[in-house]
Amino acid sequence: MSMLMSLIEHYNYVITIFLMMTGLYIVVARGNMVKKLVGLSIFQTSVYLLYIEPGKIIGGTAPIIDPAFTVYSNPLPHVLILTAIVVGVATLALGLALVVRINEAYGTVEEDEIFERDRNT
Amino acid sequence: MNAVLPHLPALQVVIPLLGALLAGFLRRGGVAFALALAVSWIMPFISGAMLWQTLLTGPISYHLGGWEPPWGIEYRVDVLNGFVLVLVSIVGAVIMPFARRSVAFEIEEGRQAWFYCMYLLCLTGLLGITVTGDVFNAFVFLEISSLSSYVLIALGPDRRALLSAFQYLIMGTIGATFYVIGVGLLYLLTGSLNMVDIAARLDSAWPEYSRAIVAALAFVTVGVSLKLALFPLHAWLPNGYAYAPSWATVFLSATATKVAIYLLIRFYFSIFGVAIDVDTLPISEIIIALSVAAMFIASLIAVFEENLKRMLAYSSVAQIGYITLGIGLANQPGLTGGLVHIVNHALMKAALFLAIGAIFYRARTVRLTELAGIGRKMPLTMAAFTIAGFGLIGAPGTSGFISKWYLAIGAIDKDWWVLVFLIMASSLIALVYVGRVLEVVWLRKPTPEVARASDPPPSMLLPVLALASATIYLGFDTEWTVGVAGNAVEALLGGLR
Repeated sequence: MSMLMSLIEHYNYVITIFLMMTGLYIVVARGNMVKKLVGLSIFQTSVYLLYIEPGKIIGGTAPIIDPAFTVYSNPLPHVLILTAIVVGVATLALGLALVVRINEAYGTVEEDEIFERDRNT
Repeated sequence: MNAVLPHLPALQVVIPLLGALLAGFLRRGGVAFALALAVSWIMPFISGAMLWQTLLTGPISYHLGGWEPPWGIEYRVDVLNGFVLVLVSIVGAVIMPFARRSVAFEIEEGRQAWFYCMYLLCLTGLLGITVTGDVFNAFVFLEISSLSSYVLIALGPDRRALLSAFQYLIMGTIGATFYVIGVGLLYLLTGSLNMVDIAARLDSAWPEYSRAIVAALAFVTVGVSLKLALFPLHAWLPNGYAYAPSWATVFLSATATKVAIYLLIRFYFSIFGVAIDVDTLPISEIIIALSVAAMFIASLIAVFEENLKRMLAYSSVAQIGYITLGIGLANQPGLTGGLVHIVNHALMKAALFLAIGAIFYRARTVRLTELAGIGRKMPLTMAAFTIAGFGLIGAPGTSGFISKWYLAIGAIDKDWWVLVFLIMASSLIALVYVGRVLEVVWLRKPTPEVARASDPPPSMLLPVLALASATIYLGFDTEWTVGVAGNAVEALLGGLR
């Protein structure tokens, strides 16, 4: 029972881990390259949540020193994740560009068909 | 000059980054090559000056933008990363002259400038990972170097290069994401991203938060191991190296995996090793088991490989096993052997892949069956190949012997005689796959395919010969490898709990 309560209390982590596993599963289980990239993107996005959630304190404000406030949220995770988002976008763009080139070279984006065509040549 | 000297750590990253930007604007391959050559030749002076300074006066701490660590990003150079910086920049400088003809031969004119642009970006990333003292900054550089190496591989002439680049992208991104998850957990525990600061703060979190720390350790280990191709996470490497342009293979095999190994050493010995009692965890056993598996299984696959580039790629996986074996041993001679093997393997693998690049340039094939008797047509190239091949086996008189010697002493220190035997036995497998190639290229009659081949022009030949001579030289004079590595290891093990 306490296990369940602790899961409900930390529901944000449950969501993060669920997304993480979903993304990783798609990458491993799908043979379609575009779907693989979608999975990879979900996997990376879950990490953004992992960083950002703990940065927010309920009732905390932006870290601008003012006598009216005593509780501040941590702004650093947001900055880190902005960088990580840029990296994620670059990875996705490069991955899609490669898929386009693969489609031009092989005429398909299904991994098993591509292996089949390479074996025949 | 005094205005420049304090900024060497930043220049180490900024110069290749600006070079990459410029190379992207230059549309002509020749001009971009000249730029890449200039940048590559400046780098060893910067890294050499920094290593010299750390050996004389201790670690350099550089505060980017003047922000004090742990708030700002700190670039921290000590003997260990000074050593790796010198290795990466020297390899880049030595192999660069080879690139002009090889790249012009394999890559169409319109894409050559982009090739050099990507090389410089990759160099930026690798030097950045090594120089930084901030774990998140290391992630950004890790991705800069990885993304550019995907492109370098995809520029290969065969369509399978695209496929290998895509598979590498998937595996590499999973690795990087695992690394970020590990770093995220460390940040949640300590509130810091500075390596020195994390180590100090983790100390007070252990053992109360031991489960979270072990989870972070596991995520970082798996993530970085994917990048360094630790067996069995090496699946991306053989195809990537086999289908990349020849010169890209040389550069990546000599530097990219080595820098990832450096990052793992940094995490184990400067962060986790300082903060927690690592002996309570079976890290050492796991690493040693995987290393031995790599040494045997990858070597055995190499024995049956027909494509020379793939054969050497599998041999790389096996040789990485020796380096990680040194990490697993974690005593003075063992870790010294591992670090020395980083340098020795980088130099001899670069020599071997350069020789293969020269063969492809002359004979247009890298299949062993079509290369019978090429030793008589390209004697100097194949002589260099032979020397570096003996280095791979670990024959006495070559640098490979030195690293295996120290690894064996490290195993003897722990009374692990079985491991000493395994190191010897795996070298015999290397003897088989290198010997098989040597037999075909030297003793058989030249085939029609290689009849018109001859040694390549000096710009390609000299780098091969230089690296092959380094393999012999470092087998006798070990002051700059064992001496400096021993110095670095003392500092690493000194902090261990």
